[in-house]
Amino acid sequence: MATREELIDLLAGLALFADLTRPQLEAVVHSLEEEYFAEGQRVLRQGLSGSNLYIILDGEAAVQIDGKQRTTLGKGDFFGEISVLLGEPPNADVVAVRSMRCLVLAATQVEPFLLAYPHITFRMLQAEARRVRTTSVWR
Amino acid sequence: MAVARRPRKSSRRAGSKPFPPGSYPAVIIGSGPGALQISYFLGRLGVGHAVLSADPAPGGMFREFPLYQRLNTWSKPYPPVTPRSRHYAWYDWNSLLVDDPKHQAIVPEFMKGESYFPTRAEMEKTLSAFVDRSRVRVRYGCRWETTARDGGGFVLGTSDGEYGCRIAVLAVGMAEPWKPQIPGIDQIPHYAQARPSRQYAGRRVLILGKRTSAFEMADSLLPWCRTIILVSPRPTLLAINSHSTAGVRARHLVPYEDHILGGGVFMLDGATSRIEQTAKGYRVYASGTTRPGDFVFDVDTVVAATGWTMPLRDLRALGLATISQDRIPALRPFWESTTVPGLFFAGAATQGAVGLRKHGVPSNSGGIGGFRHNARVLARYLAETHFGVSVPRAALAAGDVIPYLLSEVTHAAELWNQRSYLGRVVSFDQRRGILDEGILPLQHFVDTSGPDAVAIVLETDQSGDHHPAVYLRRDGRITEHVLASDPLHNFETGEHTRQLTALLHGLL
Repeated sequence: MATREELIDLLAGLALFADLTRPQLEAVVHSLEEEYFAEGQRVLRQGLSGSNLYIILDGEAAVQIDGKQRTTLGKGDFFGEISVLLGEPPNADVVAVRSMRCLVLAATQVEPFLLAYPHITFRMLQAEARRVRTTSVWR
Repeated sequence: MAVARRPRKSSRRAGSKPFPPGSYPAVIIGSGPGALQISYFLGRLGVGHAVLSADPAPGGMFREFPLYQRLNTWSKPYPPVTPRSRHYAWYDWNSLLVDDPKHQAIVPEFMKGESYFPTRAEMEKTLSAFVDRSRVRVRYGCRWETTARDGGGFVLGTSDGEYGCRIAVLAVGMAEPWKPQIPGIDQIPHYAQARPSRQYAGRRVLILGKRTSAFEMADSLLPWCRTIILVSPRPTLLAINSHSTAGVRARHLVPYEDHILGGGVFMLDGATSRIEQTAKGYRVYASGTTRPGDFVFDVDTVVAATGWTMPLRDLRALGLATISQDRIPALRPFWESTTVPGLFFAGAATQGAVGLRKHGVPSNSGGIGGFRHNARVLARYLAETHFGVSVPRAALAAGDVIPYLLSEVTHAAELWNQRSYLGRVVSFDQRRGILDEGILPLQHFVDTSGPDAVAIVLETDQSGDHHPAVYLRRDGRITEHVLASDPLHNFETGEHTRQLTALLHGLL
């Protein structure tokens, strides 16, 4: 459980939201929905359309393709953005490996949200760049 | 589980009240529409239970709210389907569901016909009539106070004594006013304490909030106030833009138009930092959220239309996980607490199970239109999984499956009220044949294994188009197939038949 004030403090501590003012953080808390997943619950489903953007506030998730774990995600990480931006079903399952609390931004709201908060967009691009770099290192 | 429960002295004074303290298979808390609906369906399935309510009469929140009288959910007196038929429920979001056709669609019976939105008083009368006609019994004046685990079940402490149960179903509504932590906010009333609109005549009113109750109040104040200012951190979300009931309904949009045209209503995106009382009224300080800048408002009256919370009492200490800024329990697809097994919810709290949130559309469980269907599904689930009741499945002939599924997605209120959340499921099993598995949460269907089966649901995509979506389970693997939309919402066409026939090839 997290009250409104606790959520704002949580967001303030995440890199993605580091450039926002407190009023902006308040608006973000009101704009995004909160979801809680117990261990083992699926959040994203490989091949099913219409998913959304998730930001992990607390907990841990596994990324699985065809049942095989590829990586894990933790506090401050986000997922679902590729599916939303490309309008394609996710190519992986995301499953909570321990209880997890997320903020959710509906796919329909992602474009106006990223345009309204360019600092968040820039931070997301940085995170994507790190992911691409990591993938390149693997190869 | 302990057997003997201690009645308090007050229960001996209760005379002929039903459900004295003791042990019951299930206990339902509440007497609003959520509690009445789940009690009705559990009763139909023969599951013994007690219903306890702190209120003196049925109705729940409708005994007081909406404050400015009319609901924002329709009950259409002249629908395009036969009144009192099963599919009429889509055109009447406010009536509780019953199996007896004589008592279906009860709300329009109590409406005067001036609007297709019933008034609060009409809803209250309707719920009393439902109790009388369906013979749902409630122990009124019995307040739930404490909750403890006891073996595999619970002990609920109440003002009348202790109740033991294997399953507890809480249907206490989003009934408590909620305010955010803002310095000075304790000096101003919540929407729940707002006065009749004429008492604001000639005033400058600031409303904290831009959701339904804020808009409902602003709409009511329009003819009376000099200035109306609505302030909240996020921009207004309109239902017509979200393609769902998550957002302000069009019924309350006149203040929004006034704001757009510049007629004296202002809607601002700002985070309120402080409220001060002045000699003439209040001074409110806020900072812009979607555009930078500070605001200072001098007004006569401030009202906090900042929402509601559930009276969860000591459930957090039991480990209950919550969402929505600690206001709503986090729930599994069959509305069981994610973290407290055996603790179920009915009524508006069932919005704590959001489902797959396809295209951003969550379950529609905050109002009767959606949660009445949840109650029917939950009653069957509880009866089968916890009380050993076997609910027979209807067998379907192979030739009937496709027309049946397409009829369901075109007409069934369960699928329209609960888009992307509830689906009609048909299973294909070599031994048992083709069976109608009933209405089930889509999330449950796609996340569990079972025999080959199909689920059909209604979905709304990002453009706002409604279309059927088919989820097919073959050999344990789920695939999704989106069928075409139709401008007149007719999914019983030759094209839909061809598409679905191809998908079910080999199963029929």
